[in-house]
Amino acid sequence: MTVRRGKQTIVYATKPVFLGYSTVGGPKEGQGPAGSYLDKIYPDLTMGAKSFEAAERQMMISAIEMALEKASLSRSNVDCFIAGDLLNQIISSGFSALNIGAPFLGIYGACSSFAQGILLAGVLVDSGAAEVVVAATSSHNNTAERQYRYPTEYGAQMPPWSQHTVTGAGAAVIAARGQGPRLELATMGRVMDLGIKDPLNMGAAMAPAAADTIFTHMEDTGRKPDDYDLIVTGDLGKVGREIVMELAQRQGCDLSRNYRDCGELVYSKGQIDNAGGSGCACSAIVTLGMLFSQNYKRILVVATGAMHSPTSCQQGENIPAIAHAISIEF
Amino acid sequence: MKDVLKDPKAYQELVKDKVPKPRLAKNLVMAFLVGGSICTLGQLIQNIYIKFFNFPPDKAGDPTVATVIFISGLLTALGVYDKIARHGGAGTAVPVTGFANSVVSAALEFKREGFVLGVGSKMFILAGSVIAFGVVTAFVVGLISALL
Repeated sequence: MTVRRGKQTIVYATKPVFLGYSTVGGPKEGQGPAGSYLDKIYPDLTMGAKSFEAAERQMMISAIEMALEKASLSRSNVDCFIAGDLLNQIISSGFSALNIGAPFLGIYGACSSFAQGILLAGVLVDSGAAEVVVAATSSHNNTAERQYRYPTEYGAQMPPWSQHTVTGAGAAVIAARGQGPRLELATMGRVMDLGIKDPLNMGAAMAPAAADTIFTHMEDTGRKPDDYDLIVTGDLGKVGREIVMELAQRQGCDLSRNYRDCGELVYSKGQIDNAGGSGCACSAIVTLGMLFSQNYKRILVVATGAMHSPTSCQQGENIPAIAHAISIEF
Repeated sequence: MKDVLKDPKAYQELVKDKVPKPRLAKNLVMAFLVGGSICTLGQLIQNIYIKFFNFPPDKAGDPTVATVIFISGLLTALGVYDKIARHGGAGTAVPVTGFANSVVSAALEFKREGFVLGVGSKMFILAGSVIAFGVVTAFVVGLISALL
């Protein structure tokens, strides 16, 4: 039975399995360090679709299809589909759900949606409410840019602490039985606000949420950072990762040896001139692609999300943020 | 030590330390060079209109601006202008070419929402405030000049 440990942590008694998982990405992601682990690289940002929004859901559907194929399952085996993305009314997820045809739970945790989806999928499977759950997420640079910032061809100079939204999608089939990496623990995050207002400085806005979730996870489970081969945050970028390191050091939590950030891992230095990648797909493609291919024993993935909108920012509100952690054993 | 996660002021101090400084000197030099080049190009075009098309010097500004706007629109549509602007900064934003870029990029972006609700209404999403406050400022300045 699924039980709670400490304040915010879920213990999965049956340790649900990642029976199949798949990642896809755009051209820039394909050329980056995470590129060789992608199952499919689209050479063009339109992906042959009539709009960038249609292209984004095409990526999500494609990732789901390949994940199901790897799990030797079909759409009819899916008991529940959980997905979230960045677009208004999570249209990438809703439209993909129409295509998949399974019962659908739409979620929104901004860029933390990846971990949130896996966390919930684990609860459904562990409790016996479902045998097979698919969790997916996606983001597209051009759809995110136009919604959160400027038209794609607008000439704006971005500061060095800004981040580049990852074009890609990741899907995982979480099942009660089978072989594969196993979902062991998850820590639900709290929304944190420490007064950051700059929507281009996502790393600084989200770092407190990431740090809080990591500290709570260690406290709830009685573990130390060294109990993990790797602790990875979702999309804090260079600036946010350095802030988390500093916060951890002050807290007496030593992250100096095994802490990385997906936003820093997804692109190489020459590819972008800012702080790193961001977006729902950032943690999804790095985790399910790159990290799942390494020889780790146990990793903690802390996906981070900023819960603002252009409207809330323009009205002068701070940027609240969240982070959810999932612990995976191989 | 006080918990930084419970103290927004202390946290914001910490962030200030960690955020890289904007590359001010480089940005200034690039803005000067790119902005200067755009203006030099404009001057060249104006001289051509005066010399080869017999425009009087005080009237040559109009076709010059139209030409520069056309070039900016074309470069925006070809996906080049935003790349220049990433390095040019204010050098590409301040001249009339930056204004053209803001209109053309928005028109391109929202074309998929149709000509009425997309192109037509969203075209001025960035330039609209420049037009609104530009007209108001011109009116106020005109009023002052008429009264003096």
